[in-house]
Amino acid sequence: MSDRFWRQAFAVAKRDLDRERRSGEVMWVTIPFGAIALLLVPLAVGINQDVLQRIGTGMLFVVVMLFGVLTAIRRTNIETPEQRDAIALLGIDPVAEFTGKTMASAALLLVFEVVIGVVAVALYGLDISGWWWMFAVMPLAAVGLAELGTLSASIAASVQAGPALVPLLVTPLAIPLLLGATQTVETVGGDGVNLSWLVLMTLVVLVLAIVGVLTARPLQETR
Amino acid sequence: MEFEGVAVRVGVATILRDVHLKVEPGESLGLFGANGAGKTTLLRVIATLLRPSGGTARVLGVDLSSQDRFDIRPRLGLIGHQPALYPELTLLGNLEFSARIAGVPTDAAIGALEAVGLGKAADRPAGAASHGMQRRVEFAREIMLEPELLLLDEPHSALDPSAVELVEHIVAGVLERAGAVVLVSHDVDRVAPMVTRTAELAGGTVHE
Repeated sequence: MSDRFWRQAFAVAKRDLDRERRSGEVMWVTIPFGAIALLLVPLAVGINQDVLQRIGTGMLFVVVMLFGVLTAIRRTNIETPEQRDAIALLGIDPVAEFTGKTMASAALLLVFEVVIGVVAVALYGLDISGWWWMFAVMPLAAVGLAELGTLSASIAASVQAGPALVPLLVTPLAIPLLLGATQTVETVGGDGVNLSWLVLMTLVVLVLAIVGVLTARPLQETR
Repeated sequence: MEFEGVAVRVGVATILRDVHLKVEPGESLGLFGANGAGKTTLLRVIATLLRPSGGTARVLGVDLSSQDRFDIRPRLGLIGHQPALYPELTLLGNLEFSARIAGVPTDAAIGALEAVGLGKAADRPAGAASHGMQRRVEFAREIMLEPELLLLDEPHSALDPSAVELVEHIVAGVLERAGAVVLVSHDVDRVAPMVTRTAELAGGTVHE
């Protein structure tokens, strides 16, 4: 990867994070929404600590996945055709654009995971004995969902019914990430972490990266 | 740039047909036509954003049907109908982003903003700037990036009378660098003094 590639990727990531910092849509709307969703579950299923501990990890990553879908939907709406034309004419490498957008989304998702994770531990009394595994699980889930969101948004931008398509594209493909994250965390503290789930997540992240790289140019040209 | 028999079809509709057009370095072409004549479509084809359905098109020496068309994009400038700024970023932030992508020193951004009279509004979010100010920022971007071929779509739209000189200044700057300019407009009187040649787009084709 050349200096030009990384300069463009970081410029795109900085732009997206600056836009988020000024609009605050993710940090001040979606994160509180996620926390409230976690708060509502005990009210719905009853405040039984055993039940909450059992479903807590799953709930955490379900909320993270829904947040990923929301972020992806937002992405399809924030770029106008004029903005897409302008950035193409600046000579951006489509793969650098994909990388930059993924980096920004992953950073936002990681912040979301950490905040919501703390809320889940506080509300559900989750076992945090193997918390260091989160250093592997959370970045993988964040990067995978970010890749999926960026890819889906690019596909959706090239068709008229774009935003309506995003949940249909993201949700099924996010299931391996959801399962991998939940199962890895749940096996912590037992006989040992089942690494096969972590391997599954890594594979999903790599496959999405390859698909994103291979489709970046065609998707830029068809939108 | 040179177009020979270029056609653009979208679905069953023919937007452009048998377009023959040549613009040499140092030349500025004024392209006039009524609304819906296909002026914007023609600009998008020249800008490599839309592929011709037929004919031969070469821009800055590159055949637009080849993959090399992506390489000439940084040498092109396009100012369209609608500003392409990010509303959450400041006017300066928008220009700095363009500079980073294009590989131009970001220090050039403030100079370009001052050149269009917006130096004091640099920290204003683009979303809080008027349409005219946003247009000026787009002109600032082209001053900063110095394109070899500048494409202007209705350049006087939303600009106050004092900004007309600005458009003339930018066009003159491109021509001084032996670049070329294509302006499309329906306002013949305003554009004619800035161009070296005129043509009319009617019925999907160009008449010189």
